[in-house]
Amino acid sequence: MNAFTDSLGLAARLITQADANLWRIVGLSLQVSGSACAIGALAGLALGAWLAVARFAGRSLLIAGVNTLLALPSVVVGLIVYLLLSRSGPLGSWGILFTPQAMVIAQSILVVPLIAALARELVVEALREGGDQLQAMGARPMLSAALLLVHERRGVLTVMLTAFGRAVAEVGAVMIVGGNIDGVTRVMTTAIALETSKGDLPLALALGLVLLGVVAMINGVVGLTQRRPLAATGGLG
Amino acid sequence: MTVLVELDAASVHFGRVRALHDISLTLRRGERLALVGANGSGKTTLLRLLNGLIEPTSGRRQWHPQRAGRPPVSAFVFQRPFLLHLSVRRNLRLALWLAGVPAGARATRLAGALERVGLQALVDRPARSLSGGQQQRLALARAWAVQPDIVFLDEPTASLDPTAKREVEALIEQFGRDGMTLVMSSHNLGQVKRLADRVLHLEGGRLVVDAPTERFFTDGGLPIETMQFLRGELPWR
Repeated sequence: MNAFTDSLGLAARLITQADANLWRIVGLSLQVSGSACAIGALAGLALGAWLAVARFAGRSLLIAGVNTLLALPSVVVGLIVYLLLSRSGPLGSWGILFTPQAMVIAQSILVVPLIAALARELVVEALREGGDQLQAMGARPMLSAALLLVHERRGVLTVMLTAFGRAVAEVGAVMIVGGNIDGVTRVMTTAIALETSKGDLPLALALGLVLLGVVAMINGVVGLTQRRPLAATGGLG
Repeated sequence: MTVLVELDAASVHFGRVRALHDISLTLRRGERLALVGANGSGKTTLLRLLNGLIEPTSGRRQWHPQRAGRPPVSAFVFQRPFLLHLSVRRNLRLALWLAGVPAGARATRLAGALERVGLQALVDRPARSLSGGQQQRLALARAWAVQPDIVFLDEPTASLDPTAKREVEALIEQFGRDGMTLVMSSHNLGQVKRLADRVLHLEGGRLVVDAPTERFFTDGGLPIETMQFLRGELPWR
């Protein structure tokens, strides 16, 4: 019980004293996971929308494959990206192993199936309601899917939050491809893993609490934006 | 009168289910056609076939070229209109954009359509916050705005209260007066008498009667299925 109260106190001190090291780690975590989600959104939303409307042989197999990748272990992703980016790997010439860029690539790969699978569900559901009517108005399938993602933008935001949660909370991939280098690639989860291995459990737990707090804050901000009437947002002229 | 669409022995199958069987008909400019029949008789399928949302499994559908050699422009109003989570204005703009209306003409069309259905004051309201009747009027504005040759209406007043029903009926009548060709499915025989000049009775996917409205409601020599339908008798008795 003491460990928890100590951790709470330590977490509060780290935050209130604006510990520079802590904020650097928090900043890098948000930067890496945010970038991964942005890249993952581009690929995942497009893939999900396409899977919702495309009709081709093997589509069910591809959907099953994407759904299976939801359970993709982050260490496996880390290992694959490590092999690709290591000196002897096909992308070794990029020289980005053990950099934040490598971590972004790994986390992007991790979130794409999640975003694609959930976006596909959103579009399929919306198509049941409005697919015919959009088609009757002249929208081709992929355009209908894109419009339905705009229509379901609150759902898309929830998907993105889920993806961000998956990215920011994973440790395996960033540990392997980032190397947990202090001041360079150390993020919240790798810092927690390090402090735990060193036996500094209160600090590890405090960092965990800070991580939860940051995610809760982001959720709160997004939640507030979702309370606005839907027609007041969105990008169509 | 100019022929807009022709069906020649057109059938539609959904898997093993035969939804339409050997339908032949000619739709001419300015006609007000009502499709009547029991649930499952094929009214909606026929509307979708005429509009081009589905293809005939066998037989032929031909759209006759109109001005500048283009096929007739059509709009489809569904029983429950699908409106995107956007404002009234943006929903209309989207319809105009999808219909390929030039950017320079969209503002005029939009204003004209809103005036036509009396929704000018609600232009910035979220479309989904409108009442059922207002939503259907917006759907009619969306149809009117693209200045179609044919308007397909699938039970357009079925889910409305009596007041909204009267408003929507009045608008449909105006569309007819504007010279638009109307093809409407309805269970409301009074509405059919008021709005249509030609009635098609469908039964089990077959076209049983194709007659002028007056004859349809007064001729005692129509096929037995149609007489039963008009008397409100259940076909399986």
